[in-house]
Amino acid sequence: MTEKKWPETWQDTNPGLMIFKPGSSRSYLTGGWRAQKPIWDNTKCIKCGVCYLFCPEACITEDAEGFFMADLNYCKGCGICYHECWPRAIKMIED
Amino acid sequence: MSERIGMEIALAAAEAVALCRPDVIAAYPITPNTHIPEHLAEIVADGHLDCEYIAVESEHSALSACTGASAAGARVFTATSSQGLLYMYEIVPVVPSMRLPVIMCLGNRAISGPINIWNDHSDYMCVRDLGWISMFASNGQETVDMCIQAFKIGEHADVMLPVLVNLDGFQLTHVVEAMIMPNQEEVDKFLPPRKPFAALHPDNIVSMGTLGLPDIYNEAKKANDEALINSKKVILEIWKEWEKMFGRKYEPIMSYKANDADVIMLTMGSMGETAQVAIDELRKEGFKAGLLDLKLYRPFPADELKKAVKGCKNLIVIDRAVMSGGAAAPVCAEVKSVLYDEPDRPVITNDIIGLGGRDVRVEDFIKIFKKAAKAKPERAYEIYGVRG
Amino acid sequence: MKSIVENFDLFAPKLVDKEEYYSSGHRACQGCGEALAIRLMAKALGKDTVVTSATGCMEVTATPYPTTAWKLPWVHVAFPNSASVGAGVESALKVLRRKGKIADRDIKVVSIGGDGGSFDIGFQAISGAMERGHNMIYIVYDNEAYMNTGIQRSGATPYGASTTTRPAGKESVGNTTWKKNMAEIMVAHRVPYVATACHSYPFDFMDKVKKARKVNGPAFIHCLAVCPTGWRSSSETCIKMGRLAVETGVFPLYEVENGKYKMTIEMPKKLRPMEDYLKPQGRFRHLTPDQIEIFKGMAMLEYNKVLERIKHSKSWSEMTS
Repeated sequence: MTEKKWPETWQDTNPGLMIFKPGSSRSYLTGGWRAQKPIWDNTKCIKCGVCYLFCPEACITEDAEGFFMADLNYCKGCGICYHECWPRAIKMIED
Repeated sequence: MSERIGMEIALAAAEAVALCRPDVIAAYPITPNTHIPEHLAEIVADGHLDCEYIAVESEHSALSACTGASAAGARVFTATSSQGLLYMYEIVPVVPSMRLPVIMCLGNRAISGPINIWNDHSDYMCVRDLGWISMFASNGQETVDMCIQAFKIGEHADVMLPVLVNLDGFQLTHVVEAMIMPNQEEVDKFLPPRKPFAALHPDNIVSMGTLGLPDIYNEAKKANDEALINSKKVILEIWKEWEKMFGRKYEPIMSYKANDADVIMLTMGSMGETAQVAIDELRKEGFKAGLLDLKLYRPFPADELKKAVKGCKNLIVIDRAVMSGGAAAPVCAEVKSVLYDEPDRPVITNDIIGLGGRDVRVEDFIKIFKKAAKAKPERAYEIYGVRG
Repeated sequence: MKSIVENFDLFAPKLVDKEEYYSSGHRACQGCGEALAIRLMAKALGKDTVVTSATGCMEVTATPYPTTAWKLPWVHVAFPNSASVGAGVESALKVLRRKGKIADRDIKVVSIGGDGGSFDIGFQAISGAMERGHNMIYIVYDNEAYMNTGIQRSGATPYGASTTTRPAGKESVGNTTWKKNMAEIMVAHRVPYVATACHSYPFDFMDKVKKARKVNGPAFIHCLAVCPTGWRSSSETCIKMGRLAVETGVFPLYEVENGKYKMTIEMPKKLRPMEDYLKPQGRFRHLTPDQIEIFKGMAMLEYNKVLERIKHSKSWSEMTS
């Protein structure tokens, strides 16, 4: 199936501008917004998952070993993960 | 077999809607269409119709609930008039923009102010440009037929637009007439269950009512306008189908003795029938009067209008609403716009009659015909019969 | 009831459903409490849900055509009608399931709106929908002003907050009235499950959402959502500000089941000083100590009302004879 070109012609628009691609917002990379980014110190990380839980962008994921990291395509650098990290395993550095 | 019944037209409209097996009805009472939702509530309460009837707390919520229900794939209906329509006004353009079929009966009533509960077309004229397919019924039979046709038209896969059926408040809603009511079997044959293009359901995830930024809004509007214009094709097909099944013919503009008329009058709604009596009277005197009854108002039947007035020298457009401070009254302004480029277009007179429920009588139409035949109009439009 | 500090088992976040129903790429501000709250709500609801939304931040940032952040069926119609659209969807799903036109399984309708679209312009629709008893949840995400249009005052704006339509100035303290108590209004509508929540207490919030989902009838959740942009606090303290709202007694977290009030997050006997909550927020920066006392008085009135209700309220089932 051919992908519709953007910007769409009127004939190509979905009726009623309905969107049939759930989660398609991922095509918009909000990572360009940030002024700082989080860095994990895995020697301090206790793998609790609080950073993952509190990320408004849902961009923090767990790796195979149970450590966490932010998907820099989407991270807006808000600093919530850094602020909520109990053992202070996260640092915000300029980006 | 269809049954010949005598019934108040509003109740008949409710019966007709019930035959269409709506899934959800959300309506708020307002005179003069109240009998429609009331009777539907009775029908549901007695178990004759399996339907979720939401006694909403306002007209705004009525249309909102209908929109939500239609988005979830249900067949929906609502009814209102005048101020109720104005209260749901914010939602009225949203429904066609989302390509959701919703069927509405509008018991035409004057809009405030001054507050007036009686019949004119000013309420419809507030919403005519917002994207709903719109029809005008001139009598009880047309009301019943159009209510049923509306569901098939609006839900058609190539249309997917809301439909408005206009019936004059009190003049039609509260009048008892003889009508032929189709039976359930016939309606089920004519109108299959709705097959929505998309519906809110986790098995097929969709986001509806999304944000249209400037880079796509124009295209969205164009797409919707084209949908409304192209719906005429489907409307004509469905009217042909109706004629085949029930023997009653519908056309966007129906003529009464207009073919050889010197002076033609264009009306919408029940006043057309009064005009017909006037025409018969005039014809007895040798005055060749004729009537064009506009049944489909949106999409506007421009081609049919041009054809119908060919050769006519004198056209009177009767409006039942004012376009305050405008170039003409609403229907006349559109008629003039359509006929502007026609060679040999007729002289057009515009009279506004029957505002706020003032009685429209046979002698009024006779006077208007004779006046139009005599002289060119002095003003772009006149409110007929104003004292002073 | 959970302790205010250790309000979740330290490792419970790892047990939360990993499925994301509110995807990355939405255009909300950095550190948006409301976006986080919606993300958590969606996790608690699961996939058999239909969401109706009012116009607001979460609507415009999530669904600019052609992309959507939602992985649940979602509809937006207008600003004041999330609840009535939800009532329509609920009725439709009910009747279509009854008529066998859709699958025979429970799909919950959840209507969401901001404080603007719920306390003010959307008040009527909520009142009607809740009163009629539709099987749906209404969740208001309260960031205490009309944030999407630029931080204008709403019925949820607390005393002393500076907003663009009631700004602090030489002759004005900002907003002069306290928040409308929507939870109490909903209890007065005889809604069987009413709760207050905050994204800073994620498990409390998600439990309440799950509980609301189980109700066969209307349910209402008032969720405080910190808006660093509008509150003029730093984005990283988003979660902390929510905690402070609770710990100072400004926004106690409780639930009302069939009329019986219960605190769900244990409150300390001595509440934290109000200054702790007010100082980090730019919208309160202009308050004098006297004005802070007035703020405290209004907050304590509502807080003590809740404590009274917890002490004296009876379940409605005990009150029918």
